[in-house]
Amino acid sequence: MQSTSHAFKDNARAALANQTLQKAMKHVKTGFIDKRAKARSKLPEFDDLRDASRDIKNHTLANLDYYLERYEEKVIASGGQVHWAPTAEDAVKAVLEICKRVDARVVTKGKSMISEEIALNQAMEEAGLDVVETDLGEYIIQLRKEPPSHIIAPAVHLTKEQVEADFRHHHRELPSERSLSEPVQLVAEARQMLRRRFLEADVGITGANFLIAETGTSIIVTNEGNGDLTQTLPRVHIVVASLEKVVPNLEDVSTILRVLARSATGQEFSSYTTFSTGPRRAEDLDGPEEYHVILLDNGRSNMLGGEFQDMLRCIRCGACMNHCPVYHAVGGHAYGWVYPGPMGAVLTPNLIGVDEAGHLPNASTFCGRCESVCPMRIPLPKMMRHWREREFERHLSPPAVRYGLALWAFFAKRPKLYHLFTGLQARLLGHFGRAQGRFDALPLARGWTKHRDFPAPEGKTFQQLWAEKQKGAVRR
Amino acid sequence: MSSAKQQILGSLRRSLRRPEPSAEEKAVLEARLHSPQRNLVPQRAQLPHAEQLDLMETMLKELSATVVRLDGEAAVPAAVADYLKGENLPPKVRMAPRDDLRRLPWEAQPLLEVEEGIAEAEDATSVTGAFAGIAETGTVMMASGPEAPVTLNFLPENHVVVLRASQVVGSYEDAFQRLRAVVGQGRMPRAVNMITGPSRTGDIEQTILLGAHGPRRLHVLLVDDTAGDTAADTAAG
Repeated sequence: MQSTSHAFKDNARAALANQTLQKAMKHVKTGFIDKRAKARSKLPEFDDLRDASRDIKNHTLANLDYYLERYEEKVIASGGQVHWAPTAEDAVKAVLEICKRVDARVVTKGKSMISEEIALNQAMEEAGLDVVETDLGEYIIQLRKEPPSHIIAPAVHLTKEQVEADFRHHHRELPSERSLSEPVQLVAEARQMLRRRFLEADVGITGANFLIAETGTSIIVTNEGNGDLTQTLPRVHIVVASLEKVVPNLEDVSTILRVLARSATGQEFSSYTTFSTGPRRAEDLDGPEEYHVILLDNGRSNMLGGEFQDMLRCIRCGACMNHCPVYHAVGGHAYGWVYPGPMGAVLTPNLIGVDEAGHLPNASTFCGRCESVCPMRIPLPKMMRHWREREFERHLSPPAVRYGLALWAFFAKRPKLYHLFTGLQARLLGHFGRAQGRFDALPLARGWTKHRDFPAPEGKTFQQLWAEKQKGAVRR
Repeated sequence: MSSAKQQILGSLRRSLRRPEPSAEEKAVLEARLHSPQRNLVPQRAQLPHAEQLDLMETMLKELSATVVRLDGEAAVPAAVADYLKGENLPPKVRMAPRDDLRRLPWEAQPLLEVEEGIAEAEDATSVTGAFAGIAETGTVMMASGPEAPVTLNFLPENHVVVLRASQVVGSYEDAFQRLRAVVGQGRMPRAVNMITGPSRTGDIEQTILLGAHGPRRLHVLLVDDTAGDTAADTAAG
């Protein structure tokens, strides 16, 4: 998809003023957070499992070349095929070639962020294929021609009234007087509409939550069952997966699965965790005749061994965005590309460049909630800081920020001058602010005072107060 | 080797600042891969078997699945008929083509229509076996094969699973160990479905609703098979 990440500030402003979006986002602020906390409290080993999961992925990443080769061998041994795709274009080409060879007309899809990343739907539609998203949220946003706004809840930015309007607009063949005001009616209608599509599909495309080197298996973790119908009913199953999804064996994936659903939706386990290994066996009664895996790099191999390697541990649970105050305020679309929230702020500049996506790592208060809930213990704030440094080094930050920082650095390198200046400032602000206790306008601080008051200092700097306290403590 | 593969592996090794692992290094990784060590397994997954059965039942109920415990497998056909009646469903099921289900006393339920095979679009209810029950999260594990077509797990709106007490284990790792014992090290059936409750979605305003695309109802018949075959023989006779 075309990125609008460079316009993050405008996107965010529009999102804040969008009343419907703000209404929809209310559900995110509490729902996901409460459910995760509850699931965590029910499993005493949860935090230790996070450590174990981190270690498994670190081991895998350090030997990624080995595990990918072993994985491929096993896929081939089970009758499947692996297509290595260095770029998004290569991946799209591989999918289109398969669809063409098997003379596909209808393609059903399970939810896949990699498919969004490589803009697969657009390419398939241009090639004349009838592409049907089957995850309820993905189906809704496909009708609306929108990208997902969340990596596990793609339509989280919509209200049920909007979904009703979309269904009425697109499902013209159904009686217009039908009642559709309740979510249960909307779900039933989607089930009914999509059932036919599942049965007529020639190719089913899913993503993968994990790939297992031991057995050549791909795993999808879902709740609706659409992914399973997508990959079981058509003649051909194509998996699109990025290369960091591989883990060594079934024991390793068991460990990580224990933290995935709990971190994502707060379920102890998702409804369907499905392991697929190759095509239908000779004695099987159902299942696809062909099984393909598109193994996508798209810049990830360059992240290894560098300051963004930890990001490759990400299992796409969405906990970071569920807990992010910035994401809560602006929603996913403001981030302008495929991956929103803190994980998107770190990953997106890696994949489409810091020139395009440099605003995203700045869209953080550094409150640290994302890192504190990340099941894979990814140091997201630290990596956002790396991007800020790079943005600064490459002169991409605005002049006000650059000169402001340069001025601050000048004083910070000269502690005596710094203390003198800040001491003077604190006394001055303390003096003028004493009457009201706050300022509603300050020179050079309009960005702050436009939205809230600035509290007046008491007349001393923090360091002065600290020094006094320390002395007091010693005396006592 | 394809050039795309060369390119990706080359890029990975450049980033890792090392060549392809040596034979000795590969042997170490190989050993880790094929003599799998368990990582941390939660306490909850390591209970004695009787408690595992109770946990399995509790977890299933929390997931909005329903459970009935039966003394022996001979009670299965009557339990299926009762369930369909209770839920006001048509007395007709699509059953997995397996001997242990086939040999049950279905003839004692003359009103119940039983057909075998893969699921068809119009099938309302399926009856299947299972490979394992995993107590830690109330998960039922299905291993695909000629006796366990995958469509039976997903197409019908109602899924009845006959799970034997002896199939219930504590952890995912226990279940995979049993699976390896059957299919062999490093191998898997085409599909392994770990099913944890009925199909659900929260995609509209985070309201959790059942029956998005897969079964709206999951009904587990937990059959006590630990006492031997006596009960079954008596009931069948």
